[in-house]
Amino acid sequence: MLEIKDIQVKIGEREVLRDINLHIKEGETHVLMGPNGSGKTTLLRTIMGFAGLEVTSGQILFKGKDVTHMPIHERAKLGMGMLFQRPPTIAGLKLGKLLAVTSGERAGMVSEYTRYLHMDNFMDRAINLGFSGGEIKRSEVLQLMVQQPDFVMLDEPESGVDLENITLIGNAIARLLEKDVHIVNRKKSGLVITHTGYILDYLDADFGHVMCDGVFRCHGNPREILRVIKTSGYKECLACQKI
Amino acid sequence: MPEDIEQMADLSPAEQERLTQTGLEVEMKNRSGSFFQVDQEIRQVASREKGIEVLSIRDALQKYDWLEEFSWKLVPKDKDKYTKYVADQPDPRGFVIIARKGSRTVYPLQTCLFLAKTSVQHVHNIIIAEEGAELHLISGCASASYTKTGSHIGVSEFYVGKGARITSTMIHNWGEEISVFPRSATKIEENGVFLSNYVCMQPVRKIQMSPFADLAGKNSVARFSSIVVCTPGSFMDLGSVARLSSEGATAELLTRAITTGGTIISRGMIEGTTGHTRGHIECKGLILRDGTIHAIPEIKGDVVDTELSHEAAVGKIARDEIEYLMSRGLDEDVATSTIIRGFLDVKIAGLPQSLQNQIDAAIDSAEKSGF
Repeated sequence: MLEIKDIQVKIGEREVLRDINLHIKEGETHVLMGPNGSGKTTLLRTIMGFAGLEVTSGQILFKGKDVTHMPIHERAKLGMGMLFQRPPTIAGLKLGKLLAVTSGERAGMVSEYTRYLHMDNFMDRAINLGFSGGEIKRSEVLQLMVQQPDFVMLDEPESGVDLENITLIGNAIARLLEKDVHIVNRKKSGLVITHTGYILDYLDADFGHVMCDGVFRCHGNPREILRVIKTSGYKECLACQKI
Repeated sequence: MPEDIEQMADLSPAEQERLTQTGLEVEMKNRSGSFFQVDQEIRQVASREKGIEVLSIRDALQKYDWLEEFSWKLVPKDKDKYTKYVADQPDPRGFVIIARKGSRTVYPLQTCLFLAKTSVQHVHNIIIAEEGAELHLISGCASASYTKTGSHIGVSEFYVGKGARITSTMIHNWGEEISVFPRSATKIEENGVFLSNYVCMQPVRKIQMSPFADLAGKNSVARFSSIVVCTPGSFMDLGSVARLSSEGATAELLTRAITTGGTIISRGMIEGTTGHTRGHIECKGLILRDGTIHAIPEIKGDVVDTELSHEAAVGKIARDEIEYLMSRGLDEDVATSTIIRGFLDVKIAGLPQSLQNQIDAAIDSAEKSGF
């Protein structure tokens, strides 16, 4: 599904990611952990193709195509999607209008997804304007359900969400990643940033990665990595010489 | 231009389309009345609603002596050279609309001022909503597709009686070399409501106006909303002025302005002269291509207990908003126009849905042509 080959990324003159290699196969969910400012969001934004991030070397392959320098919307059309940790507020643009524009042949499913995520009353509201933390995340998941990407990047889906909402959002993301489909037949893949690991209660993540200072410091079992981080913090990862 | 035009339906399809873009219904299906003036010729005066009278100003002044008390009382004749020009006309043109006490329009009443051949079109309009009356106006002002130059000078005086409500929605569709100078003023009595909406999405040489509202009655309300797109070569000097002169009065002045190369001066002035009053000015401008938006919001409080505020922002579309929509699969152009459409999407509280639809349609039409 996604193969990142040895990319280096700069913001202006500053190198922010280096020696990044990552291979996510069809049906797999990977988890990305790391301290604040380590480059996790930057990696997701680089994969999606946001401006200001320059890939100076290496390649990003998606479904076998080189997307390294492809515009954002073409990556989205190929099947990438992203849940933003802090999406922008777009005054005047109603959530319902955006869903109508993006739904295409899935227009008939919008109302079901909307009900499922309890967003019926938000269709006439400007995107993210005055939304609570949970509402922002429900709106994000709803947009992704309508978009139905094959590869979903989730930037801290549980941050700012209360316990009641996290169940709803967790189940919706599991649905998005076809966790109800047998692994042999599962087509959807994901890359999830989490600090708390709560979201892992809803997703059977296959692989975990730890990023520190713009490089990967560890790859392995996501639950095991989370356990180590919870008990020893990231200093254990920084001291680790295994990678 | 055929000489025998009596009504809008007699116009050519191209001219009818230009009028339709200003919200006018040529077939009058959902309209309670109509006033239609081509150049200086009045072609249609009609009212279908009981209690609502539509007259040419000449006929109205002949019919009602008392109307003199409403003529040139809110807009001074010598306010500027344009008002003087209109006041000096021996044979005035324009309309008078009188909504009698307690009357109510179910459908809006449309007025159409169409500039075809004359170099200067002038009108003097008086609109009166008596106590408890409710009157909704849609005014479409346009020039013929073949009219390259000309000026329109319109003086309008609105009287909103006790507990009355007037909504006035004006959509302009002029030509690139047409200059327009509306001069209007409104007096609002106790518990009266006045909503004034202005939409101009099409090229114009120059528009200069600053309607004034005197909130003279207790708990009176005035809301001015302007939604404009200024194309290269256009100059729009738009403002509105509200004076809060009675307890409980509230005024809002709202502007959404986009320049694609023209110059917009967006003025707003609220003066609180009495206590327990509130006023707010909001001006948001987007510069899509090199042009100028000069926002000049002014608030002036003369007493302790008046609450006045303003906010103004001028800039470009935020890159992160465009990229956010691109990540949902929209290409850059569609993402940009979707954001612009949202920016202009102003819902006006208290405006009948049919008139809101007309405003939306005018913006949709501009969206289709790529702003």
